[in-house]
Amino acid sequence: MAEFTLPKNSRVQKGKTHHAPAGVKNIRRFEIYRWDPETGDNPRIDVYELDAEHCGAMVLDAIIKIKNEVDSTLTFRRSCREGVCGSCAMNIDGKNTLACTKAIDSLPDTIRIFPLPHAQVVKDLVPDLNHLFAQYASIKPWIETQTPPPADSERLQSREDRAKLDGLYDCILCFCCSTSCPSYWWNSERYLGPAVLLQAYRWINDSRDENTGQRLDELEDPFKLYRCHTIMNCTDTCPKSLNPAKAIAEIKKLLLQRQEG
Amino acid sequence: MTASYKIIEHAYDVLVVGAGGAGLRATLGMAEKNLKTACITKVFPTRSHTVAAQGGISAALGNMGEDDWRFHMYDTVKGSDWLGDQDAIEYMCREAIPAIIELEHYGVPFSRTPEGKIYQRAFGGMSTHYGKGRAQRTCAAADKTGHAILHTLYQQSLKHNAEFFVEFIVLDLIMEDGVCRGVLAWSLDDGSLHLFKAHMTVLATGGYGRSYFSCTSAHTVTGDGNAMVLRAGLALQDMEFVQFHPTGIYGSGCLITEGVRGEGGYLTNAEGERFMERYAPSARDLASRDIVSRAMTIEINEGRGVGRLKDHIYLHIEHLDPAIIHERLPGIAETSRIFAGVDVTKEPIPVLPTVHYNMGGIPTNYNTEVVTLKDGNPDHVVPGLMAIGEAACVSVHGANRLGSNSLLDIIVFGRAAAIRCAQLIKPGDAHKPLRKDAADRAIARFDKIRHAQGGRPTAEIRLDMQKTMQAKAAVFRTQSTLDEGIKAMAEIRASFADVSLKDRSLIWNTDLVETLELDNLLSQALVTISAAGNRKESRGGHAREDYPNRDDANWLKHTLTWLPGNQVKIDYRPVHLFTLTDEVEAFPPKERIY
Repeated sequence: MAEFTLPKNSRVQKGKTHHAPAGVKNIRRFEIYRWDPETGDNPRIDVYELDAEHCGAMVLDAIIKIKNEVDSTLTFRRSCREGVCGSCAMNIDGKNTLACTKAIDSLPDTIRIFPLPHAQVVKDLVPDLNHLFAQYASIKPWIETQTPPPADSERLQSREDRAKLDGLYDCILCFCCSTSCPSYWWNSERYLGPAVLLQAYRWINDSRDENTGQRLDELEDPFKLYRCHTIMNCTDTCPKSLNPAKAIAEIKKLLLQRQEG
Repeated sequence: MTASYKIIEHAYDVLVVGAGGAGLRATLGMAEKNLKTACITKVFPTRSHTVAAQGGISAALGNMGEDDWRFHMYDTVKGSDWLGDQDAIEYMCREAIPAIIELEHYGVPFSRTPEGKIYQRAFGGMSTHYGKGRAQRTCAAADKTGHAILHTLYQQSLKHNAEFFVEFIVLDLIMEDGVCRGVLAWSLDDGSLHLFKAHMTVLATGGYGRSYFSCTSAHTVTGDGNAMVLRAGLALQDMEFVQFHPTGIYGSGCLITEGVRGEGGYLTNAEGERFMERYAPSARDLASRDIVSRAMTIEINEGRGVGRLKDHIYLHIEHLDPAIIHERLPGIAETSRIFAGVDVTKEPIPVLPTVHYNMGGIPTNYNTEVVTLKDGNPDHVVPGLMAIGEAACVSVHGANRLGSNSLLDIIVFGRAAAIRCAQLIKPGDAHKPLRKDAADRAIARFDKIRHAQGGRPTAEIRLDMQKTMQAKAAVFRTQSTLDEGIKAMAEIRASFADVSLKDRSLIWNTDLVETLELDNLLSQALVTISAAGNRKESRGGHAREDYPNRDDANWLKHTLTWLPGNQVKIDYRPVHLFTLTDEVEAFPPKERIY
């Protein structure tokens, strides 16, 4: 008999509510997923009411304010606070994004915050990304050449060829896309997922790289690549406005051209 | 004490602490040389703050016109206000060329010239013919050069199978009889403690921007290595020199690259005047950062700031071709939209001088070996310890760093650390056993802070420190504000004895991480403001209203600061006013005009 509910120890319970101090007029309500591996307790949703008048503009400002002023046990990753390091990826109001560039004003009065979906939770909003990083390493994300580079100068690359890397090299590995992809949720052991495939395409598409054939060989696999069913959640959710779905389609096109070629 | 913590032991030829650009360049260099190397980092490598560097990395490649590494060296010496060590600056500017070519060979996606070479843009303080012409020397990957370099270095580290310990907090150096033997670290993932033994420990832990309230630095920029060095009884150097970047976004402090001005952007005051013409008639908006930040501060102080409160300045690029902005400055267009609500093709960006970089740090020689003043020898090498990148004070930046010289610093000296380690260490050299009590002090500190039950939350003490540093050790300084600041910082640091944590767990306890980082920041803040109060002249990033001139007779020397207990101890090291080779002559101090 199939079980359609979460196992007992995973069911999310109601947690504590931290009310705003009396007299606060502009209250924003944050409902945040909490789980501490050391207590053995079930996950819970804690509620924090914040004074929006005295809070920075972004969701990251709010959760830092909570950590600083209300509950220092709240745990999350953060670093650059300007959308370039990829640390603070989380699910905010149902969508994976970076807390540091997501404006509170763009969200409803009650803001629900969860860790990136379908990743193991280490604690609170901190997901375990090790598998994703291992998949990243598996595509050999470094330049491979047979021709030695010129001894005392750079390899030449035309501006047109360099422009082909825009929108690819700038991925920040936040994994908002991969963890938003239902196909990746289902097959993450074998499907590489949008973030890693975007990086695979970055090297396929680099005019300086000489290993295109082998890179394509390694992707020609029913699971690694072809589990993409063009659901497009990846492109929809990318906080950097990149287009992993297109990169995946381009890889598929190259494989097809090769077959026909 | 040790009995209550399980400790896992490791032995390596080399440890690298930190996985920013310097740490990764060192790590992959060590791996290339077959040294068994562990890179220990508190964030996943591509989260390191190098990722946020925008404008570029300098090297006299001459792709955009005539250039020579000697011109670059002159600019760097002048930029440093003659406090930089000229042997190290020669090394950096000469080695810049092969080091950047190597980066391209590693796969960095540099922007390109029409001939397909690495694109180079103009940057502040960069000239040709010793100040006569304007150089285009800063190699760029659009305005995401740090990202491009950091990711490429991580990729190369993967290629070389370098070993990483990610989300490990290094707690302290293990010192025995003046020799560094390794480090103690705490793994966030499972809460375990790890004792790493090594022949060489390379600190690549970055700056400590977060000691100030408003900075371009990431939350993680807390100078942990600097603080470990202080706790080990060693000195930090030139800590009074804090760089304010002229263009942090008003409010959020997010960086807007100097490359914006390199591509033709300019600053205006409330009268719409391009005021930099008055302060730096020749270089104007591309004068060095200390000069531009001071000019902006004067404009604001004299009532010519923009905005409702007249408290900031406008940066314009709306006159540039949108296609150029799209190609070369896409990142700052995005950042300005998100954090200032500004469409840069139509409106100016509101900016303010913002704490950005620490010229000071752990004193080293140009081989990256940590040095200290011992028995009258200012160049005594501390065995087993190296420092690179912003954590180090080689000193190649002296009193003021030039834009695009920091990415260069991390690459050249990350590389130099690997070269030096290969000379000093044979792969697999045997390790002497550590003393039984080697880690006791470090564990005791960790345990004490973990269980702190005082009355003041971490965030409250941190805010006190940040506000004090912001107010008392700002762009312009006077003896009275500095003295007030020193007194206040000493009190705030003492109040750490009353710190309180709520989270006592060991797995991903960021309450504890932030408190350990606060402890690190407090000692650096105190030595910074104490060194500033001590230096009675103006030089580079240290501008004294009460001593407006540079005073080479008394102050052409590096400040050393120790912190044994609560009292800052100060001494000096001479500046190296000599070169490394006879390929160039030293540049004697002269007046600094842009």
